[in-house]
Amino acid sequence: MTVAQLIKSFTLWEFLKAHLITLKYFFKVKATINYPFEKNPLSPRFRGEHALRRYPSGEERCIACKLCEAVCPAQAITIEAEPRDDGSRRTTRYDIDMTKCIYCGFCQEACPVDAIVEGPNLEFATETREELLYDKAKLLANGDKWERALAANLEADAPYR
Amino acid sequence: MGSQMPKVTVDGTELEVPAGATVLQACELAGKEIPRFCYHERLSIAGNCRMCLVEVSPGPPKPQASCALPATEGQVIKTDSEMVKKAREGVMEFLLINHPLDCPICDQGGECDLQDQSVAYGRGASRYDENKRAVTDKYMGPLIKTTMTRCIHCTRCVRFSEEVAGVDEIGALYRGENMQISTYLEHAAKHELSANVIDLCPVGALTSRPYAFEARPWELKKTLSIDVSDAIGANVRVDARGREVLRILPRVNDDVNEEWLSDKGRFQVDGLTKRRLDRPWIRRDGKLTPATWAEAFAAVASINPGSSIAAVAGDLVDCETMFAAKALLGALGSSLLEGRQTGMSYPADNLAAVNFNTTLAGIEIADAVLIVGSHIRWEAALLNARLRKAVKRGARVFVVGPEYDLTYKAEFLGDDAALLGKLPGHVSEAFGAAKRPAIIIGGAGLAKGALGPALALAEQWNLVRTLDDGTAWNGFNVLHMAASRMGGLMLGYAQAGGIADLVAAKPKLVLSLGADEVDYTRFAGSMVVYIGHHGDKGAHAADIILPGSAYTEKAGTYVNTEGRVQYAEKAVFAPGDAREDWTILRALADAFGVSVGFDSFEELRAAMVAAVPALGVEGLADYGALPQADKKATAEGTITYPIKDFYLTNPIARASATMQRCSAELLHGEDFAEAAE
Repeated sequence: MTVAQLIKSFTLWEFLKAHLITLKYFFKVKATINYPFEKNPLSPRFRGEHALRRYPSGEERCIACKLCEAVCPAQAITIEAEPRDDGSRRTTRYDIDMTKCIYCGFCQEACPVDAIVEGPNLEFATETREELLYDKAKLLANGDKWERALAANLEADAPYR
Repeated sequence: MGSQMPKVTVDGTELEVPAGATVLQACELAGKEIPRFCYHERLSIAGNCRMCLVEVSPGPPKPQASCALPATEGQVIKTDSEMVKKAREGVMEFLLINHPLDCPICDQGGECDLQDQSVAYGRGASRYDENKRAVTDKYMGPLIKTTMTRCIHCTRCVRFSEEVAGVDEIGALYRGENMQISTYLEHAAKHELSANVIDLCPVGALTSRPYAFEARPWELKKTLSIDVSDAIGANVRVDARGREVLRILPRVNDDVNEEWLSDKGRFQVDGLTKRRLDRPWIRRDGKLTPATWAEAFAAVASINPGSSIAAVAGDLVDCETMFAAKALLGALGSSLLEGRQTGMSYPADNLAAVNFNTTLAGIEIADAVLIVGSHIRWEAALLNARLRKAVKRGARVFVVGPEYDLTYKAEFLGDDAALLGKLPGHVSEAFGAAKRPAIIIGGAGLAKGALGPALALAEQWNLVRTLDDGTAWNGFNVLHMAASRMGGLMLGYAQAGGIADLVAAKPKLVLSLGADEVDYTRFAGSMVVYIGHHGDKGAHAADIILPGSAYTEKAGTYVNTEGRVQYAEKAVFAPGDAREDWTILRALADAFGVSVGFDSFEELRAAMVAAVPALGVEGLADYGALPQADKKATAEGTITYPIKDFYLTNPIARASATMQRCSAELLHGEDFAEAAE
């Protein structure tokens, strides 16, 4: 054992050095966030929970073209359609099985009217499996709830399309 | 030149084409695909879409419409040159100028000629910024939905209704860009084949109204089947999604239906989900109550009929069901089988005498036709289109029966069946001079005993002969109305005295195989067990109902009125507890404690083919020669056509909302016309 080692061990040098590092990080900006109360920024292209959007007039956008159903690689979407009373083409059923969905975003790519979109919401965990079988009412409600964020995301991404 | 086969060169390959062929047909023979919208093999040539442009030399130095250009000796045709590509792109761009970009809401999307060809031959991007033309939608009846803005003016629908259907229902108004396809006064299209314009329309201008927005073509499971709405046996494709049949489309079979289908065969599909028998029912204290299969079989077994059992086959059943019932009755020691529900009793020992011997395709070249007691438009709409072709070729048509509009020139001789024995001189003269004469006897004629006198006429006019070109000609025809009739006759579903023999035998048990036209009051003393699929007349009269399968829900063999054996495949499963008919009959054999000799569908079909070998070969069955005519046979009585309502002739159609609406609007004149959106 050399003299230097002796001094280091008697002055608890390694111990002090470790504390110094701790102290240094104590005053540094934190890398973690206080999750439920603080959130990370999301890209406008983030593919989260689905929503069916409406036009500003309140008319639902979906025209039952079934392209999303056709393109869905997980076959999570089920659509049934018939003429509405005014003769327009509308869905009578629009179901997404969120447990099948792989969040690839093909449905929103296929949609000719920007009706089905994947929004910024990622906090839709449920207690039961059944709650993840979304129907048209749930998807439209999502659209109403998230419309401002959805519209902003679409606008932000528009120049790159 | 002349009648020789011209030799042409298509893209460097030299080939001979039939005389009179067009350049488009020559290109097809060479295996080249030529895009087209207005050209259709079964319609006249219009040449107005210009999509089929090719480069032809010798000729003017510009692309030419190949559909309207005859192929001539030494032509050099190019279908893949730069000029052709540019010409197609140009035509496509012009067509798309006024065509809306509404593919996502268009029912034709996915099976649209314009969509496919614009992908294959179009430019990919539009240069058009001006306003598009918009056209108001027209009302064309309960079957055809119109979106006239999408129309590209190919005039296929106009040509179909004029040339094939033979009614001037659809036409073009105005000209140039203002041209509009219309039913003139916004009448509903009333012809029995009117819905074929939906298939013909290359875009989404005419689409199916009952099927509107129901499904996309890629979702549908396609099954090959046979239409049972009449005795023509049209080849159809059943499109189903999940457990539901959504639509029926015709398949191409030049010998049977060409590529058309009657409106009833096409649109009775929604009846397949309505008024269905989906569980067994037993009549207790005069009232039908739901039951389980075990209870139902026990109830049938408790009747214990021994050999006192009879079977009546309905109009829609397949040969397998009839054979299974025959085997069951045979095991019990009975042979009381009948399929002619309305009481007809013509002799069925020689099937050539009750067959459409000329064949459906053959009747097109007949040059003199006598129709006895048949409303052909309603009994066999597709045959009427064939007869119309014969008349266009110059055939003379005479009709014994009440007058109706045949869509072509015909002479009505009167509605007394006795006329057959004393036909006017000019008719006999016409038939004496005719090279290919034919007689067609319909159900109404058979009911008045016209078969005997007609056979006598067949001998007198020498209807069975060898033509000048050496081919055989048999001009004696019986036109049936039930899809099951010829199969039933081949399987022995005919008593000498018709259904009256069954009534006279007073059977303890009457097995009704979907027989909905029988007068069940005549079987008041019998227990009626109904095996069928719809809650119609037969089910109402039944004491025990065993739910069976409709024609889309079972594989089966059908024999059409010309004796053509055809096979249908199973498209979907029957609803609820309903089973395939043969399994019910097999289970009944167990209930009665007898053996029928088959345990699977394959064994059943093998046993059937062993009993009637002709049913094992797809195609025309050979029934041999016509019987000797009974010179003394006479027909009498006033002929009345049995079909009172074209749209409601079978239990499926009667359950169909579409058919009911057609009947109300097109036949009874109720006003459903609504402002087109």
